[in-house]
Amino acid sequence: MTVASDPQTQPAKRPHRLFKNLMAKLASIPMILTALVVFVGGTAWTVTYSFTGSRMLPKTKWVGFDQYERLWESDRWIISIKNLGIYGICSMILTLVIGFTLAACLDRKIRFEAAFRTIFLYPFALSFVVTGLAWQWILNPDFGLQSVVRGWGWETFSFNPINDPDTVMFGLLIAGLWQGTGLIMCIMLAGLRGIDEDIWKAARVDGIGTVKTYVVVIIPMMRPVFITSLVLIASGIIKLYDLVVAQTGGGPGLASEVPAKYVIEFMFRAQNLGQGFAASTMMLCSVVIILIPWAYLEFGGRKRG
Amino acid sequence: MVDTAINPASGPRGPKPKKSFSRGNIILYGTLIMVSVYYLLPLYVMVVTSLKGMPEIRMGNVFGPPMEITFEPWIKAWAEACTGINCDGLSRGFGNSVRILIPSILLSIGIASINGYALSNWKFKGSEVFFTILIIGAFIPYQTMLYPIVILLREVGLMGSIGGLVLVHTIFGMPILTLLFRNYFASIPEELFKAARVDGAGFWQIYFQIMLPMALPIFVVAIILQVTGIWNDFLFGVIYTKPATYPMTVQLNNIVNSVQGIKEYNVNMAATLLTGMVPLVIYFASGKLFVRGIAAGAVKG
Repeated sequence: MTVASDPQTQPAKRPHRLFKNLMAKLASIPMILTALVVFVGGTAWTVTYSFTGSRMLPKTKWVGFDQYERLWESDRWIISIKNLGIYGICSMILTLVIGFTLAACLDRKIRFEAAFRTIFLYPFALSFVVTGLAWQWILNPDFGLQSVVRGWGWETFSFNPINDPDTVMFGLLIAGLWQGTGLIMCIMLAGLRGIDEDIWKAARVDGIGTVKTYVVVIIPMMRPVFITSLVLIASGIIKLYDLVVAQTGGGPGLASEVPAKYVIEFMFRAQNLGQGFAASTMMLCSVVIILIPWAYLEFGGRKRG
Repeated sequence: MVDTAINPASGPRGPKPKKSFSRGNIILYGTLIMVSVYYLLPLYVMVVTSLKGMPEIRMGNVFGPPMEITFEPWIKAWAEACTGINCDGLSRGFGNSVRILIPSILLSIGIASINGYALSNWKFKGSEVFFTILIIGAFIPYQTMLYPIVILLREVGLMGSIGGLVLVHTIFGMPILTLLFRNYFASIPEELFKAARVDGAGFWQIYFQIMLPMALPIFVVAIILQVTGIWNDFLFGVIYTKPATYPMTVQLNNIVNSVQGIKEYNVNMAATLLTGMVPLVIYFASGKLFVRGIAAGAVKG
């Protein structure tokens, strides 16, 4: 009620901008608490406690970088990082390529565009748990794809990615791409729709082929869309957890362990909180490394956020 | 270039532009249809597997339609499947998920819409700073904040309860929803807001009488975003709840990946489909709005 008094007296000016508006501040308390206590406070707390020797309960017994040394000496962590690297690079490249190709196909003024788009996007509505379990079944060596192809007469056919330590990450990749490419396709399609028709006319006049026009003209024009997609894909990759738990459980052995799973295992199963905190701080660092160049590219040049 | 061998009979005759166009179309539609098969395959396999009996599954053909349709696996998945010692099926997880979903949606959307409204119409000193922190927070890996939230929930006595998980969903849904509402309210002409202020309306009056009715479309987008997001959550469910309050995704994973007993693949697939049903129905029912929701969430986030 206090806020309502001012503009009544001077409706022509806009003085309320600088005025203290109590009600808006009260209404923003949940947001302020979330931002300060959970996001800033929680992150700072975890980073701080990653320098302690906490095991079952958080303790302030400072051990310096011990947890980090132990982390980088741990085979399991190294495997996790490598796995995420393989998965991440493949996923980034393939998601962008498939997403863009599908979007470009849909943008060719084709029939049944809505139907195709619906088909490509529906897996995105499903959870990683459902995705992982569905693909676990399809890739089941005894009853799934492999046995079907063998049943067709190709007796030596072998396609058993999720039970082979060397290829298990690709088994996850098949499922991950199935779930996630639809989203990138949608974003790319929105980007393509934003491109002026005249560009195409100009390319046709100049006699440039369709594929070449995409590569030489359209893709460079869509740089912001690609960067946004990359950031989205990358932040999704770092979070990779549910899919692994559902599809492989981290196995066979440790062959499909990922950092996010390492954190959860150490915090909530192995009761080694310090390790969990150190590992999650490393995850935070990787996000920061990705985000800073992006934020610089995105917001560095202009003032508006 | 690639497909010159496809139709050698026609040779280099006929009107050229049309031919190359249709050849391109063959590649185009061929690609799209092949990719569609890859996308539809898992859904098809899940459906046919869930309708088969176990003897038929052991015979092998995972792609074959069921010779004898049975709904037994669906009933078993819903009412009898075991997780640990409990054998009351996925129905419990479904109930938990609904009890988590509804308050989470109301609370998160309610708070976020007020945030967005305050941020676009009632800016105060520092409001943009909090908003920026919120948006940056959306990129912080959840793992970094998991344990501090465990402590917070223990302090307020909500650890392991549905209320605790509702709070967690409200917190982590806030960045994206606030952004969604802020952008929407910012697009409403400011004259409207000013006129209401001239008439003496206050913060809540303008929110409930002017902004809320105008923002109904964006509320629908937010609901779609939250229903799929919360229903599909696994991480928070597994950490902040206990077996009695596990949401459906967690229970599903426990049923399917349990090491005890013989694997009943048909029951597993029925359970998987049951869990995927809610977001799938939302997706197919909402159509363009779903796309709008993720586009709003993705492109600007």
